Amino acid sequence: MSPKRGLFFAVNAGRTSLKQDLWERHFVADQKASTSIEAVESGLAAQGYIASRQIATAVYLSQQIEKPILVEGPAGVGKTELAKAIAAWRGMKMIRLQCYEGLDEAKALYEWKYAKQLLYTQILKDKLGEVLGGAQTLHAALDQLHDFGDVFFSKEFVEPRPLLQALEQPGGCVLLIDEIDKSDAEFESLLLEILSDFQVTIPELGTVSAITPPTVILTSNSERDLGDALKRRCLHLHIGFPEQRLEERIVESRVPGISQALRRQMVGFIHEIRSLDLKKLPSVSETIDWARVLVLLQASELDTDIVKDTLNVLLKYEADIQAAAPQVTTFIAKAARSNVFG
Amino acid sequence: MRENLHRFFRAARGVGVHVSPAESIDAMRAVSQVGFSDRTILRDALLLTLAKSQDEKLALGDCFDLFFSQPEPRQEQPEGADQDAAQDADQAPSSGAASDAGGGSPQQELGPLAQMLLSQDRNAIAAAIASAAGAASLSDIRYSTQRGIFSSRILDAMGLQRLRDELDQLTATNPALAERLRAALDGLREAVRDTVSQGLALYAREEAENLRNEILRNAPLARIERRQVAEMRALIRQIARRLRERYSKPRKRQRRGHLDVRRTLRRNAAWGGVPFLTAWKRKHRDRPKIVALCDVSGSVAQVSDFFLLLIHSLHEVVDDVRSFAFSSHLIEVSDILESKSPEEAMAEIMSKVGFGSSDYGSSLVDFEKDFMSTLTPQTTVIVLGDARSNNLDPRADILRRISERSKRVVWLNPEGRLAWGFGDSEMPRYATFCSVVRQCATAQQLERAVSDIVATYQ
Repeated sequence: MSPKRGLFFAVNAGRTSLKQDLWERHFVADQKASTSIEAVESGLAAQGYIASRQIATAVYLSQQIEKPILVEGPAGVGKTELAKAIAAWRGMKMIRLQCYEGLDEAKALYEWKYAKQLLYTQILKDKLGEVLGGAQTLHAALDQLHDFGDVFFSKEFVEPRPLLQALEQPGGCVLLIDEIDKSDAEFESLLLEILSDFQVTIPELGTVSAITPPTVILTSNSERDLGDALKRRCLHLHIGFPEQRLEERIVESRVPGISQALRRQMVGFIHEIRSLDLKKLPSVSETIDWARVLVLLQASELDTDIVKDTLNVLLKYEADIQAAAPQVTTFIAKAARSNVFG
Repeated sequence: MRENLHRFFRAARGVGVHVSPAESIDAMRAVSQVGFSDRTILRDALLLTLAKSQDEKLALGDCFDLFFSQPEPRQEQPEGADQDAAQDADQAPSSGAASDAGGGSPQQELGPLAQMLLSQDRNAIAAAIASAAGAASLSDIRYSTQRGIFSSRILDAMGLQRLRDELDQLTATNPALAERLRAALDGLREAVRDTVSQGLALYAREEAENLRNEILRNAPLARIERRQVAEMRALIRQIARRLRERYSKPRKRQRRGHLDVRRTLRRNAAWGGVPFLTAWKRKHRDRPKIVALCDVSGSVAQVSDFFLLLIHSLHEVVDDVRSFAFSSHLIEVSDILESKSPEEAMAEIMSKVGFGSSDYGSSLVDFEKDFMSTLTPQTTVIVLGDARSNNLDPRADILRRISERSKRVVWLNPEGRLAWGFGDSEMPRYATFCSVVRQCATAQQLERAVSDIVATYQ
C-alpha cells in the first residue's frame, strides 16, 4: 500500500516532473503529520501529561479536522487530565461541564434572567405612555409597538451556561464535557448540534455560532452505551491502563522525587496487581498517589511491610485488599526479578 | 489510494464495524491529514475515526493488519512504469513487464507475463496480481465456493492464455526454459490463490455472517446443534441489546394539557407567582414487572434457557423480573441467573429441577403455595412450556387464579399450533385463562414475543 500508487495513476512517462512534484508534496505532508504528532506529544509532556502515540494522534486529528474527542476508559487513567493538559499547553481557557442525571438545557446551555425580564416589563408598563404617546388610533398604537425594538427576548437577558460560554470565547477554549454517560439520553441529543456544527439554536434568538470552534473533549466511563449519533460525531479514543514503560514515564513526570529503581519496582508491582481479579483495579491516579506516599515515607525499595501498610492507597475496597494481601510478597519478588532482566 | 480506502471500508463493514458514508468521509479527511507513510499513524487514525467501541477497535485493528499485509513488497519498489500498471488492468502486464524485465530477459519474443515470471521480479508480479484482482473485482467475492472462479478470472486478466500458448511452443523448442516457466507458473497460481483467500477473508465475512444469522434466527431453538449454542447466545445478546435500545428510552413523557397547579406555583415562587415555567401533570407509567415460569424438562429446556437469558439481559428495561423453573416441581431461579454466567446458571438449574418428567399441576400448586404474593395487578406472567403434563391433572384452576391476580398471562409454546390439544397437550384448557398464547420456537419469535410484552408498559 505504498503512498505512491494513488498518486501516479494516469501519469505517463512524459510527465516525470509532475510525478516528482506530487510525490514530494505528499511526502512533505506525511512528514509534517508525524512531526506535528510528535509536537503534540512533547507539548502535552511539557504540561506533565505523558501521552501515548494514540492519544497524541487523536489530539492532532481533532485539531485538524475539527472534531470532538470522545474519551472512554476506566476511572483514573487521565481522561479529564487530558483536557486540562491540552488547555494548559495551548494557553486556552478550560470550560468544564460536569454531567449528572437530570442535567438539562437550563443548566448546560442557557437560561433567561427571569427576574430582570420581570423588572423590564414593569418598567415598560410605566413608560408605555411615552412609547405610544401621540398615537391617535389603536391601529397606529399597534404599529408603533411593532416598530419598538423587542428587548424582552434578547441577548441581554440570556444567562450563558457552560456550552454557550464555550461558543462565545473569542480566543477559543477547551470544552470538557465530563462523564457524559452519567447524563440522560435526552441530553445527548442536545449536544449533537454543538458537536457537529459548533453552534446552538435558541428559539427566541436564532442560531449562535462559535466565534472560534472550541476543542471539545467528552469523557465517559462506559456506564451506559452512548447513542450512535453522538459517537458518530466524535473521534473515539480509548485510554486503557498504560504499558509499564509509559507508566514509569508518567510517574517520573508527576513525582520527580522518586528514585528510578523504586519507580520501576512499584510500577512492576502495580502491573502484577492488575492481573488479579479485583473489584476496582488500581489505575494511573492510584499509581501516582502511591508513589507520593512512598516518597513521603522515604522508602528506598519495596518490602512486604511497607506495601501492606500502604495497600489502602492502591485498593479502594476491603475485599480487594484482602484478596491482594497474601500475594504481596510474591509480587514484590516478581517485580524485582523483572526489574533485573527488564 | 482512495480506491484502496473504499475497499478497506467494505472490509471493515465485513468485520462488523458500522461505517456510514459520513464516517468514511471523516476517515478520508483524517487520512489526508496524516498521510500514508507511517503505517502506525494511519492505523491509529482509521481506528479513531471508524471504530466506536473497544471491541470494534480490536476487530478493525485485525482487519487493518490483514488488509495491509499483502502489498508490503511494493514498498521498496521505486516509482516506475508498473505504477501505471497497478491502475490500468489491461495494460498492466505489458507496460509493467516491459520496463522491469526489459534488458534482463533474452526471450524478447515472449509475452509480458512470461517475461515477468522468468525475471523473478516479485514486486512486479505482486503489482500485476493486485491490478488483475481489481479488474476481476475481487471485492465482490461472497462465498468460499467462488474461490475457483475468481482465481481463474485473475489469471485470465494477467494473460494466462498467451502464456499457455507460449509454453506449448517452448516445450518443443526449448524444453529447459519451458520447465522453468512451468515452475514459475505454479508459483504464480499459488500466489493468486492466496490473494483470493485473503480477499474472501476480508470481503465475504459480512455476507456470510448475515446469512448465518438469518438461518440461526429462524432455526427451531429446541433442535439447535451443540456447536451453534454459543452463536445463538451471541444472537440472543444482540436481540437483548436491540430491545433495550428500543424500550429503555423515554419513560417519562409529558402529558401536555393538564396543568399541575401546585408544582407550577411552587416553581415560580421566586418571580412572585408569575408563571414563567409551567409544570404539567405526568402520566403514570408502570415499570414492567415480569414473572416467568419456565418448563425445563427435556425438549423445552433449551428454549427456556434462551428465554431466561433474554429476559435477564433486559434488566435495564425490565428491572423487576422473577423467574421460576419447573419440571416436576417448581423453584425460584432469579438469583442463580443474576449471579452466574449463563452456562453455569443453566447447569445449576438443570441439576436442581431439570430432566424430570413435567408435571404442570404440581408445579402450579408449588407456585400458588409459595409465590402467589409476588403477583400484583401490574405483573405480566409469562409461562414458557409445551403444556404436556403426562396426563396428570393440569390444575387449570390455579392458572385462572393467577390470571385474576395479574395484569395478564402470556403463554409461549415452542410447539406448533397444530400439535396443541393432541396427545397429552393441555394447551386448550390453559389457553382459556391466558391473555395471549403464541408459538415461540425460534429466536425471531422469541424476540417478537418479548418485544410485545415490554411494549405494553411503554
